[in-house]
Amino acid sequence: MNMRKLKEFIIEKLILLSGLASIFFVILIFLFLMKEGLALFNTIKVSAFLLGKSWYPISEPPLLGILPLILGSLLVTAGATVISIPIGVGAAIYIAEIAPGALKEILKGGIELLAAIPSVVLGFVGMVTLVPLVKNVFHLPTGLTALSGSIMLAFMAMPTIVSIAEDALYSIPKNYKEGALALGATHWQAIHRVMLPAASSGILAAIMLGIGRVIGETMAVMMITGNAAVIPQSILVPVRTLTATVAAEMGEAVVGSEHYFALFAIGIVLFIISFIINVTADLFLHKRQ
Amino acid sequence: MMRNPHRTQRIAFFLLLTATLLIVVPVGYILLVIIQKGLPAISWQFIFDIPRHGMKAGGIFPAIVGTIYLVSGAIAFALPIGLLGAVYLSEYSRDNILTRIIKLAIVNLSGVPSVVYGLFGLALFVVFFKFGASILSGSLTLGIMILPIIITTSREALESVPQSFREVSLSLGASKWQTIRNIVLPNAVPGILTGTILGLGRAAGETAPILFTVAAFYLPQLPGSIFDQAMALPYHLYVISTQVPNVDEKIRYGTAFVLLALVLFMNLVAIIIRYRFRKRKKW
Amino acid sequence: MVKLEIKNANAWFGHAHVLKNATLDVEEHEILSVIGPSNSGKTTFLRMLNRLNDLNPNYKMEGTVNLDGGNINRIGVELLRKKIGMVFALPLPLPLSIFENVAYGVRMHGTRDKNKIENVVEEALKQGYLWDEVKDRLGESAFKLSGGQQQRLCIARTLAVEPDVILFDEPCSGLDPISTAKVEDAMVKLKEKYTIVLVTNNVKQAARVGDRTAFFLSGELIEIDSTDKMFTVPKDKRTDGYIRGKFG
Repeated sequence: MNMRKLKEFIIEKLILLSGLASIFFVILIFLFLMKEGLALFNTIKVSAFLLGKSWYPISEPPLLGILPLILGSLLVTAGATVISIPIGVGAAIYIAEIAPGALKEILKGGIELLAAIPSVVLGFVGMVTLVPLVKNVFHLPTGLTALSGSIMLAFMAMPTIVSIAEDALYSIPKNYKEGALALGATHWQAIHRVMLPAASSGILAAIMLGIGRVIGETMAVMMITGNAAVIPQSILVPVRTLTATVAAEMGEAVVGSEHYFALFAIGIVLFIISFIINVTADLFLHKRQ
Repeated sequence: MMRNPHRTQRIAFFLLLTATLLIVVPVGYILLVIIQKGLPAISWQFIFDIPRHGMKAGGIFPAIVGTIYLVSGAIAFALPIGLLGAVYLSEYSRDNILTRIIKLAIVNLSGVPSVVYGLFGLALFVVFFKFGASILSGSLTLGIMILPIIITTSREALESVPQSFREVSLSLGASKWQTIRNIVLPNAVPGILTGTILGLGRAAGETAPILFTVAAFYLPQLPGSIFDQAMALPYHLYVISTQVPNVDEKIRYGTAFVLLALVLFMNLVAIIIRYRFRKRKKW
Repeated sequence: MVKLEIKNANAWFGHAHVLKNATLDVEEHEILSVIGPSNSGKTTFLRMLNRLNDLNPNYKMEGTVNLDGGNINRIGVELLRKKIGMVFALPLPLPLSIFENVAYGVRMHGTRDKNKIENVVEEALKQGYLWDEVKDRLGESAFKLSGGQQQRLCIARTLAVEPDVILFDEPCSGLDPISTAKVEDAMVKLKEKYTIVLVTNNVKQAARVGDRTAFFLSGELIEIDSTDKMFTVPKDKRTDGYIRGKFG
């Protein structure tokens, strides 16, 4: 009996520790990014890092301004957002409200399938299909452009947007819609005058999490945006994002070099962006309840 | 002029359908392309041979094995912590600030960009713990990455076990842990399994977290221990599609096919388990 | 002899004061019926005795409850619940076989011996008047039994851990009249060995099986007396009103 009590005591402590593990790992990630990344600012000012216009990490001395990368990420993200919001929210409405039973399950399955495809596979498919298409349509020297990245990333954000927006629509009390229909509104009027406003904070959260997915996406974007670390003048030129820079260059950076520190500093920037997006989205989701 | 609401509705519904098709049709197209061009590349030799001639010929066996090792390691690390963490949230936590912070941490953990996991794994496991670029470092990195998936799905599974079962067990004088161990966990197994398999699928497909923690560009033999580097399928696909010029298209599509088949197979298994569980549910 | 001694018991869920200063005794080998309209605090009273209310994080209690003279907060909650068993309002079999449902509590209290468990299960099922109906299909899922059988299985499951006291929380609310009669018969026989507290919405049931009856209203114990007296010459007008069906 006492052995049992002891065993249970130990197990319950392990359960508590595991419960706290998520907090522990978030802090650990942040600390280790800081540990390696903050060393950069012994030699470079924060403003020179964030606003510097040149990223030449292997010149002598290295130029480590990430403004072109930030703009690259922003451009690709903005493009992806513009594409994915109408399509994603539209699909969410269609699936939640309009599609009949069997079709609904098929469509949901298709979107879950999309979420399951590894990003490197999507990147590969983008390389062999989308990139030549963009090149030919716009008569460009290369199809590896911000636009290609935006389209691909929009596609990758959609499962997130659709599923969370659909949940938001689904969780609206039925009598909202029925009330509108009883007053003689058409189904569409009920959707866009009553359902959409009621689900707005959930849909907003869906969009934010979709954007979060886009900003953090690495492999596909690295494979199809051309990786030119210059300030982009148009959406039809090659760009390089924050994530792609880290992924492409960390392999060559010498541990302890300024280049290495700078890549970790980019990691800090990415971590903070994703932290802000996720916390805000979570607040929106909780507001709904 | 009065707008006809029914015509507006028809137009709106047509646009919504178009939006949905714009997502679903490309998904079908992607699968079709990869199956059509990848399937012919699949042969006994492609699966079980090592890459040859600078990866322009031969097979992908070391990458398959590497991925299996990495995924197994990740799950061995993440499942116990994730499951116990879910038990904490479902059975022990109260509605307070701490619980709120834990949930927020899980949300954040699932939102951290995959390449940042790569950086973290590099800093902590490769450099700080001096594991080097190794299966161990890669598995641990992937393990932390899939932790939120396992916690979230397991927790849902645990919470779906009716409260009355717990009350009955406790009313018979069973302890809290006995109740969890004998009543709650066994009835949550299908849900936990689903989450675990989804986590496996995610770990198998990720590239960025393993870039600097384990992945070998080209390694003609199989890894011998958890301190060795290893090839991995997603990284191999990245390498032969962007880093090595003039690789036969067939090999690229074949690799993409194997990776996709592996990931989708795991998802399919998860869906089947979930479906059968729902049908069989006794309460 | 006094089995359970409740002194100045108060209970709250959050700010709601659901049990107000209840003081009463439960005698050994009696059936004490507890009646009252819904929200009168009778279920809270019952679940206070085996500390099942403790599962609710908003629950707070003051006062003392003694089992055989010892405070229930000091016995250790698992031993307390072994001694004070409970049968719930709805039949709640665990998702196990018939046999394992009855064996569950026994196993949880550390019995490993297979023969002993088999004996206990058989004995408990006999006491619950279920043995003849299920002896050939002990391995089947308990969910395959009818509602009445399930409820008797739950009684047998409670008996298997050899309690002193059994709490019944409206045990017949989901049952047809025939099943109800079987459960009531079982209760009357069980009081020879056990002490029984029966919470019921059914005044007639209280009259049929209760040795004594306690009437709760809005969290207050209005009256407690022998069932005969209570149902013929109640002291309190409110008791009279409730028994005659004027409210509730």
